[in-house]
Amino acid sequence: MALRFDENDVKKLEEIRAKYPNNQACTLPFLHYAQDKFGYVSMDVIKLVAQTLNLPVAHVLSVATFYTMYNKKPVGKYHLQVCTNISCSLLGARRLVDKLQELLGIKPGETTEDGMFTLTEVECLGSCGTAPVIQVNDKYFENLDEKKVEELIESLRKGELDV
Amino acid sequence: MSEIVLFKHLIDPEVRNIENYIKLGGYEGLKKAFTMQPDDIIEEVKRSNLRGRGGAGFPTGLKWSFMPKGEGQKYFVCNADEGEPGTFKDRYIMSENPHQLIEGMVIGGYAMGATVGYIYIRGEFEFVAKILQKAIDEAYEKGFLGKNILNSGFDFDLYVHLGAGAYVCGEETGLINSLEGKPGQPRLKPPFPAQYGVFGKPTTVNNVETIACVPDIIKKGADWFLSIGPEKNNGTKIYAVSGHVNNPGVFELPMGTPLREIIYEHAGGIVGGKKLKAVIPGGSSAPVLGPEHLDIPMDFDSLKKVGSMLGSGAIIVMSEDTCMVEAFTRLAKFYAHESCGQCTPCREGTAWLYKILKRIEDREGKKGDIDLILDICGKIMGRTICPLGDAAVMCIKPAVERFRDEFEYHIEHKKCMVENKIPIF
Repeated sequence: MALRFDENDVKKLEEIRAKYPNNQACTLPFLHYAQDKFGYVSMDVIKLVAQTLNLPVAHVLSVATFYTMYNKKPVGKYHLQVCTNISCSLLGARRLVDKLQELLGIKPGETTEDGMFTLTEVECLGSCGTAPVIQVNDKYFENLDEKKVEELIESLRKGELDV
Repeated sequence: MSEIVLFKHLIDPEVRNIENYIKLGGYEGLKKAFTMQPDDIIEEVKRSNLRGRGGAGFPTGLKWSFMPKGEGQKYFVCNADEGEPGTFKDRYIMSENPHQLIEGMVIGGYAMGATVGYIYIRGEFEFVAKILQKAIDEAYEKGFLGKNILNSGFDFDLYVHLGAGAYVCGEETGLINSLEGKPGQPRLKPPFPAQYGVFGKPTTVNNVETIACVPDIIKKGADWFLSIGPEKNNGTKIYAVSGHVNNPGVFELPMGTPLREIIYEHAGGIVGGKKLKAVIPGGSSAPVLGPEHLDIPMDFDSLKKVGSMLGSGAIIVMSEDTCMVEAFTRLAKFYAHESCGQCTPCREGTAWLYKILKRIEDREGKKGDIDLILDICGKIMGRTICPLGDAAVMCIKPAVERFRDEFEYHIEHKKCMVENKIPIF
């Protein structure tokens, strides 16, 4: 079945639309909204956003592929984004990536077979004073070390954290 | 204790709540602004010597005066993209003291005749955007935003706009393109945003910290701001310290506070009592300094004199256990990743720099690689639409020159000269 926005979505999207003088400016917020709803930005999602905004599919595709936060393939229930830029690396981000690979049995860019976790290395998260940091979905976990990462994964597996 | 302007949550932890912000004198700057003529506000900001806190240090009042007079839609945009490695100051203004930013936005809008404002915040800061949105809703309820604000006859709407992960959107024209719903590829200047900005209309883009300074400048007057910090570098500054220090974090201090005081007093000194090897004083693109620079006042002009820059005031500290080849190869990787791809020197040059540095780091460096790096840097600098290419060069070239012996050691001996180094790759 083709993807669609329901009545509630349309209401929310109209609220977004009211903030801008034209449809094109809604491209980023609509893609954010669609990613939240459908989990990732597939070609069908790109077409839906283009159709909703009455914009060329090529335009929406160019935006979706320019920005790193739009996931072009499905991600796990928990998307673990480890900052490995300079301030986090100086305080052991590499060890955190190694630990996560060991705990999850996947490499950066991969998702666990059960669909629970996706591991990604990302550029600066703007949290350098509380480095190293991992973003789990929309939430930051800061001042981490290997032990805390192990506890974090355990809590996520048990569904104890609201992220 | 030095004057607290931006971090009012240190006085009242709940200052993000509008009632508490008002109790601390919040929105008085806005009330006073409405008793002044817009041009007089711009003059007052000019007189205060407020300079842009996002990186360039351009005089804010002068920037505001570039906006055309008269009727017609104009926009005031807050750059909250905060993507420069080492920089994490704006996040705390927005999450802990959001009304200071909102108040600054309304004052700026009134001064420049802009009736719509956008706060362009990086997508990763969605949790901060939610706090901002709540504060904006409160400001609307209290009549500090919307139609006929405080019966002044001035209307101003303010929206939060989330980015989606691209460092280049921190550059003002990249940000404008992104806000218009396009890939965030920077534009050639001129035309400058004051002539042709977002949606083709006159636009001013300022950094969060810059805008948040404005309410107190108007409320207390430019002379008060001029009484803090050295000449032409006035006001308080948020220094964000990260890396090998005992007490990393953000510190609001008078502009011009010496690097030594920031690192050893406020940030608690180097971890494990180790020696300081290198310090990047203003976000990753500020040319790296060494221990001999510790007594430099951290302000725009003093850092320029020693060949570096204040940038965003983000200080990255590296101890003697850091391999400079690894550290700067990592940063080269960042710039190569974030190049938007428009200009050949930046797109190809940053990727090439990373490739050469990575092979040196991988112990596969060749004789002549260092000179090749310096040659490529010379071919990127000043030859691109936006400053991302320049930023990559300003990061890498001084590091290779200053620590040339380390890079040569890697190439010649196929190993690192730093024992017990912290693994970065």
